[in-house]
Amino acid sequence: MSENMNLTLKIWRQDNATTKGHFETMKLKDISPDMSFLEMLDVLNEQLMNEGKEAFAFDHDCREGICGMCSLVINGLPHGPDHAITTCQLHMRKFKDGDTIVVEPWRASAFPVIRDAVVDRSAFDRIIQAGGFISVNTGSAPDAATIAVPKDQSDRAFDAAACVGCGACVAACKNSSAMLFVAAKVSHLSYLPQGKIEAKKRVLAMVSQMDKEGFGNCSNLYECEAACPKSITVDFIAKMNREYLGATATYAEKVYGEEM
Amino acid sequence: MILDSKIPGGPIAEKWTRHQFELKLVNPANKRKFTVIVVGTGLAGASAAASLGELGYNVKAFTIQDSPRRAHSIAAQGGINAAKNYTNDGDSIYRLFYDTVKGGDYRAREANVHRLAECSNLIIDQCVAQGVPFGRDYGGLLDNRSFGGAQVSRTFYARGQTGQQLLIGAYQSMMRQVANGTVKIYARREMLDLVVVDGKARGITVRNLVTGEIESHEADAVCLATGGYGNVFYLSTNAKGSNVTAAWRAHKKGALFANPCYTQIHPTCIPVTGDYQSKLTLMSESLRNDGRVWVPKNPNDTRSPDQIPENERYYYLEERYPSFGNLVPRDVASRNAKMVCDAGMGVGQSKLAVYLDFADSINRLGVSGISAKYGNLFQMYEKITDENPYKTPMRIFPAVHYTMGGLWVDYDLMSTIPGCFVLGEANFSDHGANRLGASALMQGLADGYFVLPYTIGGYFASTKLDKVSSADKDFEDTKKESSERIQKLLQVKGKRTVTEFHRELGHIMWENVGMARNKKGLEKALAEIPALRDEFWKNVNVLGSEGSFNQNLEHAGRLADFLEFAELMALDALHREESCGGHFREESQTEDGEAKRDDENFCYVGAWDYKGVGQKPELSKENLTFDNVHLETRSYK
Repeated sequence: MSENMNLTLKIWRQDNATTKGHFETMKLKDISPDMSFLEMLDVLNEQLMNEGKEAFAFDHDCREGICGMCSLVINGLPHGPDHAITTCQLHMRKFKDGDTIVVEPWRASAFPVIRDAVVDRSAFDRIIQAGGFISVNTGSAPDAATIAVPKDQSDRAFDAAACVGCGACVAACKNSSAMLFVAAKVSHLSYLPQGKIEAKKRVLAMVSQMDKEGFGNCSNLYECEAACPKSITVDFIAKMNREYLGATATYAEKVYGEEM
Repeated sequence: MILDSKIPGGPIAEKWTRHQFELKLVNPANKRKFTVIVVGTGLAGASAAASLGELGYNVKAFTIQDSPRRAHSIAAQGGINAAKNYTNDGDSIYRLFYDTVKGGDYRAREANVHRLAECSNLIIDQCVAQGVPFGRDYGGLLDNRSFGGAQVSRTFYARGQTGQQLLIGAYQSMMRQVANGTVKIYARREMLDLVVVDGKARGITVRNLVTGEIESHEADAVCLATGGYGNVFYLSTNAKGSNVTAAWRAHKKGALFANPCYTQIHPTCIPVTGDYQSKLTLMSESLRNDGRVWVPKNPNDTRSPDQIPENERYYYLEERYPSFGNLVPRDVASRNAKMVCDAGMGVGQSKLAVYLDFADSINRLGVSGISAKYGNLFQMYEKITDENPYKTPMRIFPAVHYTMGGLWVDYDLMSTIPGCFVLGEANFSDHGANRLGASALMQGLADGYFVLPYTIGGYFASTKLDKVSSADKDFEDTKKESSERIQKLLQVKGKRTVTEFHRELGHIMWENVGMARNKKGLEKALAEIPALRDEFWKNVNVLGSEGSFNQNLEHAGRLADFLEFAELMALDALHREESCGGHFREESQTEDGEAKRDDENFCYVGAWDYKGVGQKPELSKENLTFDNVHLETRSYK
């Protein structure tokens, strides 16, 4: 087991969306390599509060990599230097004594800062609301065994459904594109027979909402895939593009009566 | 108070059908005239909000997170039970009912549990139709796995993310209703109080966590789906934000709190490593399908596990419980882990851990076979501990996980405050003194999709509700109280942080109201909790302002409620002088250390009525009768 570390932290402080933010530099001593990154920030916050200063605000909840709440850019990388994990699963053994660590919020105009590293990701909810569902009312479902789903399709659907909606894909993209998030949902539902019925309507509505929210376009740099804590791959973006193309050719006018 | 559970008459299998018919209906066109507040958007809350919206009610859904998709239901890993009997191994609604009543150590209400088992199959149908990607076999049909406390395979799963996938299904259905205009989401709002008008729940006050503004919201009914109170222990598998506040404030307004001492300590969690520990991580119970639990036979054996020969290993669950083996229910597995560690056989640096060993299964199924089943869990374990569980056994130890107690509800899920319904983990009703694995998701969704949408209609159709407005005095008064409480927290300006107090409370609870309890320890806790609470109000340091995003203030408010609630929990544990399920009183055990129930004196639900901070609450009893699953000593030998 390695020794405890002394670290320098450069932390983003910002009171709210309308004020200007800045970095603050702080020193931390005696950090155990077995701590999680967020536990290190807990130590920092206890230290700050004991000095009479307000704590550094960051979103977190489950602390086991599944709720999608934690959202820190660490040394320029969403969720930090480790691979395929959320910030809360990052442990201090990935750093070494004397390191300087820079901690920032997700940066995207569609994710306005609420305070420090806390941002507003409600744009994602509005994209789901636009069509990221299967229209089935409670009570109207047939028996679960009525429709067999080939295992490979079901597994692909799961791979896409594993998205936790954290927004790291947006934070990683130079265009702040939400393509990976939207593609994951479009793919999850369109791989399943239950979701195919509304597939065309869904992809058009979700992409339209994504554009309205101010997310950028995709430049095929795959930064989103590299940052994704759930290893969602860019293949799903290709899948979404196919779905979208098919839908615009055969469906758009009938439903929306407008130029897409 | 006389507790009327309103259990319908007739044979157990017909009660729910009969009740559904007997409940009065609200005409479809009239439903839009009713507004329902749903607090919490986990499985119970989101499924209720979606279903009520589909029916045409106006729904206001509140969540403390930034998005309703993040509620702690997402963390459930292993699965959801249903009596589909797709595996042809002898399952039935009656067997699921039987297993759940027995698993709950005969402290649940039979009629509720039967209804739960009936709803279980509908849940799977609903979720599949929503696009939940359950595990399937090569024929394209749904696969099942086994869980503790059952001898049939009835657990449906979506890899190690079942809770996440089920919640996304419910969330998506709810967002569809948002688009339809029936549901409105209020994110980053925390319920601070229940507003009771003329004896009925008519609204809530909330704090907008972004602006700090205190808001009033009126409605015709309020549904609390706000989860459990495991974080009273500070360290638990709950999310950091999980809290008792909504339930506790409703309790202070007259909702009885039932069986608060029933807490579930989950046997397979990653052990504590240091004082900085902020939460505990669960390793799914499904791992016990293929992992074998053992400790070295010789106390204080410091050899690495691969150096300990087979004949010097104590596979204590397999030896003590041959018929259920590693798949005994959670309470039994946890208590046994404690027993072997208390006897000095624990492993790891702290000696507070046992091995969960996959070597045999890896020999049988190969690394790829194990990784297909548990890959994400193994990865999570490795990230946290820096050890490779494919090569060396996992080290696990029990941790607080779920709370079976909760607000008392009748068969209609209504608390003792008319119009205040309680769903999911927040109520007390279905799991008795011990919840079986893969049953929490089942209960949350049963309540939200299939029970509340019927029973709330019955309430509306048979209750006269006058018009109320958030400008009324009752609302203004409640708002003022909430605001004053926040002021009070900010004005203490003491020396200790909120987290320090929370850790200290957690320590008192774990030591004295944890896995094993006795009179002396409980009395100690009952002396220490009020003292700590007094110190909190004199010496806590809450920084920042009320009118901004302030996580420290949020934590302080939640801890203030835990400091009151903790006392009730210890008191309930002290009064229940028997062992049952997760509640183990050392004074009440058999010769070989198993829990010993006292059906003659304690076969009841203990529901407490609030009488003021530090005042002794009043106990009301709902006697439990077992007409179908007859009372017997629970044995998994």
